[in-house]
Amino acid sequence: MTSTAVSDPPDERVGPPRPLDRLVLRPEIGALLGALLVFAFFSVATERFLSTGGVATWLDDASTLGIMAVAVALLMIGGEFDLSAGVMTASTALVTAILATRLGWNVWLALLASLAFALAVGALNGWLVTRTGLPSFIVTLGTFLALQGLNLGITRLVTGTVQVSGMRSADGYSSAGFLFASTFTLGGTAFYVSILWWVLCTAVAAVVLLRTRFGNWIFAVGGSPLSSRAVGVPVTRTKVLLFMTTAGAAWLVGSINILRFTSVQANQGIGLEFQFIIAAVIGGCLLTGGFGSAVGAAIGALIFGMARQGIVYANWNSDWFQLFLGVMLLAAVLVNNALRRRAERVRR
Amino acid sequence: MNRPDGGRALLEVRGIGKTYGSVIALRDVTTAVHAGEVTCVLGDNGAGKSTLIKILAGVHRHDSGELLVDGSPVSFSSPREALDRGIATVYQDLAVVPLMSVWRNFFLGSEPTTRLGFLDRRRARDVTRTALAEMGIDLRDVEQPVGTLSGGERQCVAIARAVHFGARVLILDEPTAALGVKQAGVVLKHVARARDRGLGVVLITHNPHHAYPVGDRFLLLKRGRALGAHEKSEIGLEELTRQMAGGAELEALAHELRGVDR
Ligand SMILES: Nc1ncnc2c1ncn2[C@@H]1O[C@H](COP(=O)(O)OP(=O)(O)OP(=O)(O)O)[C@@H](O)[C@H]1O
Ligand SMILES: [Mg+2]
Repeated sequence: MTSTAVSDPPDERVGPPRPLDRLVLRPEIGALLGALLVFAFFSVATERFLSTGGVATWLDDASTLGIMAVAVALLMIGGEFDLSAGVMTASTALVTAILATRLGWNVWLALLASLAFALAVGALNGWLVTRTGLPSFIVTLGTFLALQGLNLGITRLVTGTVQVSGMRSADGYSSAGFLFASTFTLGGTAFYVSILWWVLCTAVAAVVLLRTRFGNWIFAVGGSPLSSRAVGVPVTRTKVLLFMTTAGAAWLVGSINILRFTSVQANQGIGLEFQFIIAAVIGGCLLTGGFGSAVGAAIGALIFGMARQGIVYANWNSDWFQLFLGVMLLAAVLVNNALRRRAERVRR
Repeated sequence: MNRPDGGRALLEVRGIGKTYGSVIALRDVTTAVHAGEVTCVLGDNGAGKSTLIKILAGVHRHDSGELLVDGSPVSFSSPREALDRGIATVYQDLAVVPLMSVWRNFFLGSEPTTRLGFLDRRRARDVTRTALAEMGIDLRDVEQPVGTLSGGERQCVAIARAVHFGARVLILDEPTAALGVKQAGVVLKHVARARDRGLGVVLITHNPHHAYPVGDRFLLLKRGRALGAHEKSEIGLEELTRQMAGGAELEALAHELRGVDR
């Protein structure tokens, strides 16, 4: 209403370009600095960290975590959490293992069935969250508990124990194993193929997020679901697809695990969901949604892997890892908060 | 509606009503939007203006009455459906995502893609810059988050977006509320231009000096009810201002009009 005169020539508002400002706004910057710091520290503090064998080990440690962290990051940017993502890695492995070893299915067929199972659970999560409007934190806590119970209950029913093993003798094990759990040699050292999956997932997620319509919608539904709907973004579909993506990633990790270790414990995966979230947050994702990066989450997972293995190489007690994690997380949240305020400084 | 040319309305509501729980926000309102005409909706705060346009825009579903597009009754289940029929809206709360860049907001929901299916970022940026320049806003950088813009600049982004995507009907909910004199003038020019291009326009404003020059018909709302509907030929600026000013006169008029209705 009030006719506050807006200055006529806009030129006076044009400041000199500030490339540093642009850089600071990138969500993965904090994680990148952290990764360099951790890398430098353990490179100096331990011998084995920089050996090719050492690198292969911490990259492998980071890889399966990274696959999940990237998917969880997309979901968090879309404004939701998935607490069932950790157990889901065990559930999918159990489905594959039980079908292949107890029912004699071909491994490929079993993998397809567990993928379908994962996507269905993901869709259910998404449907419940979007339908009820309840916080995903509480809805997926429910699926988390339910899956945990199913994992133990069904495994005990089928095998009488709490683990399923014997994958190696199943039909199609070697070809599936080649795709998900083989190693490749680089400079005389064997690297697990899961590292390639991690890189692939990160690249795909980054491209989808920044270069596609769907990526635009992810940011939008996390930043403001009502505004998104008002301008024609399919909010429900976007969120359901994101939940299905984390479930699909959990299937990939579950498949990598079951084919590599050929057995799976029914209580596996519990507690991992927080590691995924922590890696995503270290990578620059806001807990409130609408902001974050896939590459950042991958770097967050890398920090995890480097620190976890670095502490082993340094012969420290692994208790220190928890302390390190806590400090990293707090630092990341503080940095993110400051970044967000810059990005958001809404003038009135 | 007694239209002189008898033409079919692009958009029409008949006895439309909407309740939010126990709040009756809109009751028995009838009006029409014709091609090449501007329908102004006027009324106090809380009169139900935004509720009316949200029904037209597909944000809310009406509870009673009829919504007609091109003469056939519809019930939009989402704003997407309204947009697909060429109805674009500037919402009072602007419907922007503060953390996203200006160009991403501009094209949100209708992103241009390249042949390979990726975002056509160059085109999106160029179109955004041009559309905003036409609005009289020269942005430093269409890459900056919308949250960093001033209130008026944000409003211009929302208006430029609707003008760009509104193929048949343009709905503006208090588009000039935060604008400076110049930008408000530009917005009104855009409204007039859209009208001349044959679009139907719905304009909500509290300022009769903005409404009167561009409006063809005026719908006055009060407490969710239609207080009166006037063709421009039936009412002068002074009378319109007097009616909008409300107070005792408005009350008296309300009685009078209700008497006329019955
Ligand atoms: N989502 C909602 N839930 C409950 N009540 C609502 C909602 N939206 C609007 N209302 C109520 O409906 C009534 C009409 O609101 P509306 O926003 O349509 O008014 P308005 O004419 O646009 O007012 P203003 O000029 O202040 O923008 C108000 O009493 C308001 O409190
Ligand atoms: Mg309003």
